[in-house]
Amino acid sequence: MGTQRYVLGKLGQLFLTLLLILTMAFFLFRVWQPGDPVQTWARSQGARYTPEQLAAIRSDWGLDKSLPQQYVDFMKSSLTFNFGTSTVINPDASVSSLFASGMSKSLLLILTSTMASIVIGVLLGIYGGWRRQSKLDNSAMGVSMLLYAIPEFVLGMIFILIFAGVFQLFPSGLYQSPVAKPGLDHYIDIGRHMALPWLTLTLAFMGEFYLVMRSSLLDVLGEEYISLARAKGVREKYVLRRHAVPNALLPTITLVALSFGFILSGVITVELVFSYPGVGLLSYRALQFRDFNVLTGTFVIAVIAVLIANFIADLTYGYLDPRVRRA
Amino acid sequence: MKTEPAITQTTTEQEDVLAVKKMTPKQLKRTRRVRALKRFWEQFRQNKAGMAGLIILAFFVLMALYSIVAPKASLDPTLSAGPRLAGPSLRYPLGTQIDGLSVLSLVIEGSRISLFVGLAAAFISMALGTLIGMWAGYKSSITDVVLMRLTDVFLVIPWLALAIVLAAMFGQNFWIIILIIGITSWAGTARLVRAQVLSVKERTYIERSRALGGSDMHVVIKHVMPNLMPVIFANTILTIAIAILSESQLSFLGLGDPKSKSWGTVIEEAFQHGALSLHAWWWLMAPSLCIVLVVLAFTMVGFAMDEIINPRIRER
Repeated sequence: MGTQRYVLGKLGQLFLTLLLILTMAFFLFRVWQPGDPVQTWARSQGARYTPEQLAAIRSDWGLDKSLPQQYVDFMKSSLTFNFGTSTVINPDASVSSLFASGMSKSLLLILTSTMASIVIGVLLGIYGGWRRQSKLDNSAMGVSMLLYAIPEFVLGMIFILIFAGVFQLFPSGLYQSPVAKPGLDHYIDIGRHMALPWLTLTLAFMGEFYLVMRSSLLDVLGEEYISLARAKGVREKYVLRRHAVPNALLPTITLVALSFGFILSGVITVELVFSYPGVGLLSYRALQFRDFNVLTGTFVIAVIAVLIANFIADLTYGYLDPRVRRA
Repeated sequence: MKTEPAITQTTTEQEDVLAVKKMTPKQLKRTRRVRALKRFWEQFRQNKAGMAGLIILAFFVLMALYSIVAPKASLDPTLSAGPRLAGPSLRYPLGTQIDGLSVLSLVIEGSRISLFVGLAAAFISMALGTLIGMWAGYKSSITDVVLMRLTDVFLVIPWLALAIVLAAMFGQNFWIIILIIGITSWAGTARLVRAQVLSVKERTYIERSRALGGSDMHVVIKHVMPNLMPVIFANTILTIAIAILSESQLSFLGLGDPKSKSWGTVIEEAFQHGALSLHAWWWLMAPSLCIVLVVLAFTMVGFAMDEIINPRIRER
């Protein structure tokens, strides 16, 4: 019973936050927008339009309706992923179809690299906190701070210069070779193309997770229940595994979920560096050509992605910490 | 022999007590603050990473100050006489870029912009976070709930996606970038400040001040704020690092101000001109190294301060 209420409660919270953000976005994007979006678009096209044509486009975009009606339309289209058609980068293609084609590639990259950086970062962090100021901890600490300080796109460019330039081990970009290869080679080809962006994203966020997990474990190790466990004669291994790590994981989960917004921004720049044809590169092109429908889509999808990440974090939290779900 | 230091210490303490009696409250407050700062500095000096960070920062601050008086002619592509895309040499220590401009000049000019954007954005973030966190923590009940709900919303807004839309709408202006970074990064600070206020506000001296008729404003400014300052300051230092990183990302996506080129904008230009395939690594890596060093330095200083302020970390 408690579990069900907990999950439903979190879902409700997710939905409320989504509505709040979308409402704010509506006021920012539609009401606050300086100048007339239709004029801006017409200027970007470089062609001359008659007032009638402009009026037709305006009604096409739903901008001639009253503000409350526009608000309802905006919310409806956001929640149904229907952002209209792309205005500049690929006229006539619907925004959702553009996103659909890039989404699987981006998801492949984001999920695998994030998973890897979480697992490696957290495991190293556990070791670092447990064997504080050991040789491994000290060097991991230095490397983590360095990785934290390097912007993702810089790390990506360093890898291109080294692995694609000097050693020519991996291709410097794209999703696959221009000429598709048959059978198994096709997947190897995709893997080779993904290697460098994957490595970049994995390393870029590993440092942060290491620092978070390490400091969280150090916090927990100072608690009285750890001393109690030791006093009871629990073996060190079990103190770590059963008492310290589960409790130290809790704040780490929250922080990992919150950093998901930063992960997404990292993905956009990394996709640009490697011309990896995902959602990030699509957003970049939309930004270059001021394609507002696509940009709105980027924003809404990013918000939903972050909210889902937080929801998953909440569920994991509830699973690990029974107090939360019973409360 | 062993008891001697203890005796001298008590005498200084006694002298202190005598001196304290002669002081007005204002003087007393000032000497206490000065002494606290001195103690802080003594501890900070012991921290190797913190000191290293401070030295790096001093170097870049000097660079930024120099950039104000540096001759601007070396930044004008129409006046450039240097060789194009030349590697590092004695005349051009960091090489030249595609128009023959010295990369060193670009990096020096960029230091001012990058540091200023980072500082200004962190300041906005700090001001917003402190105000909202303090208000929520001090008022509690309904105000607290509403403000924390707002904070939670801002905590999950994917900042770059929002920044891209806003920058696309409002144009590539330096102040817009500062505003965007400031507005999207205060939520963490607000949470931290609220938690601190909640723990401070139940202390007896707050109650005493209120019993003596101190208004909310008085209590917050005179008694709550001073207690929070160290935490807020350390947090701001770390926020500057994030703000500089954020600025570089925005600039790399082509949203930097074309009139005031930060390090991120220099990297963006190099990347867009194909510096990677031209193997002009110095053009890309010189500004990149600056970003990494500055962010690393701010992080090291911030961590060191955190360690001193938060005794729980220090004990370990």
